[in-house]
Amino acid sequence: MEEKLSFEYAPAPESRAIVSIKPKYGHFIGGKFISGNKHFPTINPATEEVLSRIALGGKADVDAAVKAARQAYTTTWSKMSGKERGKYLFRIARIMQERSREFAVLETLDNGKPIRESRDVDVPLAAAHFFYHAGWADKLEYAGLGTTPKPHGVAGQIIPWNFPLLMLAWKVAPALAAGNTVVLKPAETTSLTALLFAEVCQQAELPAGVVNIVTGDGSTGALIVNHPGIDKIAFTGSTEVGKLIARAVAPTNKSVTLELGGKAANIIFEDAAIDEAVEGIVNGIFFNQGHVCCAGSRLILQESVADEVLQKLKYRMATIRVGDPMDKNTDLGAINSKEQLLKIRELTAAGDSEGAERWSAPCDLPGKGFWFAPTIFTGVTQAHRIAREEIFGPVLSVLTFRTPQEAIDKANNTPFGLSAGIWSEKGSKVLWATQQLRAGVIWANTFNKFDPTSPFGGYKESGWGREGGRHGLSAYLKGVSHE
Amino acid sequence: MSYYGLVDGTEASLKKYLASFSGVDQVGADARAAILATRSIKAASKRWAIDTAISMVDLTTLEGADTPGKVQALCSKAVRPDPTDSSVPSVGAVCVYNDMVGIARAHLDQIGGEHVGVAAVSTAFPSGRASMPVKIQDTQDAIDAGASEIDMVIDRGAFLSGRYIEVFDEIVKIREVCGNKAHLKVIFETGELVTYDNVRKASFLAMAAGAHFIKTSTGKVAPAATAPVVLVMLEAVRDFYAMTNVRIGVKPAGGIRNTKDAIKQLVLVNETAGPEWLKPSLFRIGASALLNDLLMQRMKMDDGYYASPQYVTID
Repeated sequence: MEEKLSFEYAPAPESRAIVSIKPKYGHFIGGKFISGNKHFPTINPATEEVLSRIALGGKADVDAAVKAARQAYTTTWSKMSGKERGKYLFRIARIMQERSREFAVLETLDNGKPIRESRDVDVPLAAAHFFYHAGWADKLEYAGLGTTPKPHGVAGQIIPWNFPLLMLAWKVAPALAAGNTVVLKPAETTSLTALLFAEVCQQAELPAGVVNIVTGDGSTGALIVNHPGIDKIAFTGSTEVGKLIARAVAPTNKSVTLELGGKAANIIFEDAAIDEAVEGIVNGIFFNQGHVCCAGSRLILQESVADEVLQKLKYRMATIRVGDPMDKNTDLGAINSKEQLLKIRELTAAGDSEGAERWSAPCDLPGKGFWFAPTIFTGVTQAHRIAREEIFGPVLSVLTFRTPQEAIDKANNTPFGLSAGIWSEKGSKVLWATQQLRAGVIWANTFNKFDPTSPFGGYKESGWGREGGRHGLSAYLKGVSHE
Repeated sequence: MSYYGLVDGTEASLKKYLASFSGVDQVGADARAAILATRSIKAASKRWAIDTAISMVDLTTLEGADTPGKVQALCSKAVRPDPTDSSVPSVGAVCVYNDMVGIARAHLDQIGGEHVGVAAVSTAFPSGRASMPVKIQDTQDAIDAGASEIDMVIDRGAFLSGRYIEVFDEIVKIREVCGNKAHLKVIFETGELVTYDNVRKASFLAMAAGAHFIKTSTGKVAPAATAPVVLVMLEAVRDFYAMTNVRIGVKPAGGIRNTKDAIKQLVLVNETAGPEWLKPSLFRIGASALLNDLLMQRMKMDDGYYASPQYVTID
C-alpha cells in the first residue's frame, strides 16, 4: 500500500452514443432543412476525424433565409404578443435543458473543448440565456427603453467557434425576445450544435422563419452583412473582421453590435489571496484552451509577490489534465483548428525570438489532433508582440509592476478593452482600480464569470454595444440609445 | 522551544510569522473544491482509492457509552476490516478516549494488530476547556497507556479572541509531552473557527508549534471536514513543505460517511498537496461509518453487484 503513491485516474469517457450525426447537413430556412449545394468537412479537432459535411451557404441560400425571416417577421412574430413569444423562448430553454447531454457531447466533439466545460458551463448558460430573455419578452415596455420599444426586423447574426452554442444563445435569445427574426451563421468549424438547435426550434414548434440558420465560411458571412434585407447585424469574432463589418454597414441604415478581441489584464496585487488568485489566473487563461475573447491573457503581477505567484502557478499548471476532451477529468482540450494552432505557434515563436522566457507544463500531448500545452512567458514587456496581440490559445504573458498606478497604465496600454481582473483583499484598492481600468467587464477576485443578467462587451477595439442584461436587450430594439 | 526556527516563542515573532501569509478568498476556495468534486474516478483507480482510503481510516469510537467490549470489537474490525477477505488492508489506527487506550493497545497486540496505531483524544477533548496542567496530565496518561498518536484540541476560545500565543504555547507543551513516543495531531474544530482565514492561520500556527498532523474537527461539531476546509489545510501543508522541507499530515474528520466522499478527499490531496501525501503517514480520515461503505463498494467492484449490508460486520 505504502509503496504505490500515484493516483492515476482511469479513463472516464463520456459516451457519444447519445448523439446521431448525419453524414451531411443543409441549411435551416423557413422552418425546414434545405439541402445545400457545396459542402465542406467538419472535423473533431481532438482526433481529426471527419464528423460530417456542412453546407457552404451561397447567395441563393442567404436570399432565401432573409426572405423567410422577413415573412415570419411581418406575418407572425411582430404581430404576436410578448407573452406568446415568451412561451416559445421558455419552451426552447426547457428543451435545451432536457437535451443538455446531447448538446454537450456534440459541442465537445465538434469544438474540442472538455466535456466538463460544455456540460457545466456552455450548455447550462445557453439555456439560462433563453430563460432570462423569455422573461423579458412581455416586459419590454418596462425595461426603461421608452413606452413602446420596437424590434428592428430581421437580424443577421454571425458567431464564432469558441462557444458555438452559447454565442448562439447570446444572439438568438434577446433578438427573439425583442420581436426580431434572425438569420444566423455559425462558425465554419463548429456548425453542429447550431444545427441541433434548429431541431430544437422545430420541436418547440417555433413559427417557420423566425430562426434561420445558414452555414458556411467568411464569404457566407459577408453575404449576410451586405444583404439589403437585413436591419441589424450582430457579430462576435475577430477585431479584423469587425472592422470590415463596420466599414460595410457604415453607409447603410443597419444597426450593428460587435463583440471583438481582447488582451485582458489580470492584475495581482501583493495583498491578494494568493492561492485563489492562482486559480483565477488558471481559469482566466486556460479555460476553454484560452479560446476566450475576454481571457486573462496578460498577467500583471506585483513584483513583491511575483516569485511566490509564479512558483505556485507552475505547480498548479503541472496538475492541469490535458487530453481527450470527452474524458470527464480533462481540464484542457484540443485547439479548435489547425489554422488556430499555427497562429498560436507563430505568436509563441515570436515570444521566444523577442527574448521572453517560455515555460510549458509537462504533459503528454496526443499524437493526432491539434494540441498546445499550457504555456507561460515570463520577462514579457509592453513592447513584445505577445503582450499586444491576441493569441487566443493557452498562452499567458507575464508582466510585473511596482506601484498600483503602473499596473493600471500597463493594463490600459492596449487597443483592446474587453475585460480585466483585479486580485486584492483590500476593497478600497479594488474599487479604485475598477474606476481606472478601461474595460467593459471587470472581475474582482474572480475571472470568466458569466451571467445572462450582466451586460458584456468592450471598450475601444474590443467592440460596440453590450450583450446580456437590459443593455444587451436594448441592442435589439429601435428608437432607444445604445451604449 | 521553537520548531523549524520560524517562531522564537515570543508573541511578536508569532504575530509576524502569521502576518506573512495571505488570506483565503472564500468564494474562490469553494469554487476550486467544487471543481475537484467533479472528478470521475473509475475502474482500477477507484479500486486503488478504496484500498488506500481503508488504510487511512482512523476507526473511531468516542462515546460516553464506550466499554471495553465495544473498543475490543472496534480493534478486531480495524485489523481485519473484512474477515472473509485477507487482501483488505488494516486501517491506520483506532481512535478512542483516553481511558480506553490501554484496552485497545492490549487487544490489538493480542490479535496480531501491532501495526495498527492507537490514537487518543486528549487535552480535555472535545471542548478543550481545562487548565494546562490537566491537559498535560491527560496527554501523559494516554502515552503511558500506550497511545502512539495524540489527537489534541486547541483552545478555540483563545484563538478566537486573538490570544494566538496561548494556542501556540499549548501545542508546544503537548508536543513536548509526546516526545518521541507519540505523533501529535492538532484538532482545530474548524466548525467553530468558521472562516477559511482562521483555518489557514491555525494551520500555520500549529505546524510551526510542532504538530505532526493538522486535523479538522472533533466530530462533535458540524460542519466538520468540508471539502474547502480540507483544501485550505492541504494548501497550507504544501506551502509549509516548500518553506521547511517537512511534510505535515492532514486529517479530515467528521462528515465523511461514504466512498464517494472519501474518494473526493483523495482527489483533493492528489491535486493540492500532491501524490506524496497519499499515504497513511500523511493523510488520515477520521470516521466510523465510512469503513463499511468502503468495504461494500470494494465487494461490489469484485462481484459486480451490491451485497446485503449483512455481509459486512457492524463492528
